Amino acid sequence: MSQGVQVVGLYVRDQDEALAFYVDKLGFRVHTDVRNGEYRWLTVQHPEQPAFQLGLFAPGPPVHDAATAQTLRAVVAKGAMPPLVLSVKDCRADYDRLLARGVEFTQEPVDRYGNVDAGFRDPSGIGWKMIQEGRRA
Amino acid sequence: MADDFTHQDPELLRRLLRAKDRMDAASHERWPVQRLARVSGVSEAHFARSFKQAFGVPPHRYLLTRRIERATALLRDTDLPITDIAFQTGWESLGTFGRTFRDITGESPSAVRDRARGVAQSLARVPACIVSAAQRPDLTTAVSEKRRREADAITDADDKEVR
Repeated sequence: MSQGVQVVGLYVRDQDEALAFYVDKLGFRVHTDVRNGEYRWLTVQHPEQPAFQLGLFAPGPPVHDAATAQTLRAVVAKGAMPPLVLSVKDCRADYDRLLARGVEFTQEPVDRYGNVDAGFRDPSGIGWKMIQEGRRA
Repeated sequence: MADDFTHQDPELLRRLLRAKDRMDAASHERWPVQRLARVSGVSEAHFARSFKQAFGVPPHRYLLTRRIERATALLRDTDLPITDIAFQTGWESLGTFGRTFRDITGESPSAVRDRARGVAQSLARVPACIVSAAQRPDLTTAVSEKRRREADAITDADDKEVR
């Protein structure tokens, strides 16, 4: 078995909403969706990245007290979480496809030094950069 | 329980973020408060205060930092004349651009152009879109106050439009 980072989690405002976004709009797959009382462990995967899971976790009990959960929700909603980067083969085509599905883009595709990048947010407010790496000479 | 001042409703914050994103995407455009309020679904009366509460800076000042950030990137990455950069980033006169630029960065546009080119190499491995945000000017003093103090003669529609 290979070693490395297996799960990185995001805080989302609503796990059902996040699931619909990452699966139905971005094309990720559900890896694990397990509930235990109020707690729900939910992870998704990029279809081309089977060794990595993106966790979609909701702030709240039993992990957080009410004030901490509120703070986490506010931080996410303000877009203050660090940016995530999605590597794509064709940024402009993906932009068109995702825009048609109702993804909230914050930046149209732009050419920068041979790369093409665009920006979008998930429903919770987490910012993504979608980057197509240019061919290196 | 936390009071209302420190904890804004996350749903409101998410909508305020949308107004911030729109300014980010088109900082060269005019952003009067009614336009921003509409994006956020907030009344004009509450928008500026809510925005400042959420992001620590009033919307018009936020817009200025974004314009300076873009201008700095253009100074660094292109050979465009400074006049062109001023108009492309949303100022209506070169004089206003130069003064606001110096107010915020402490340097003239041409000095920033010279210096930025010197350090460009070391940032080559960070995605360009993120480098740009990292180099955003940090506004710790109120530009509008400084401006009022030193420049009665200057008319600056850009600085006032979203107040």
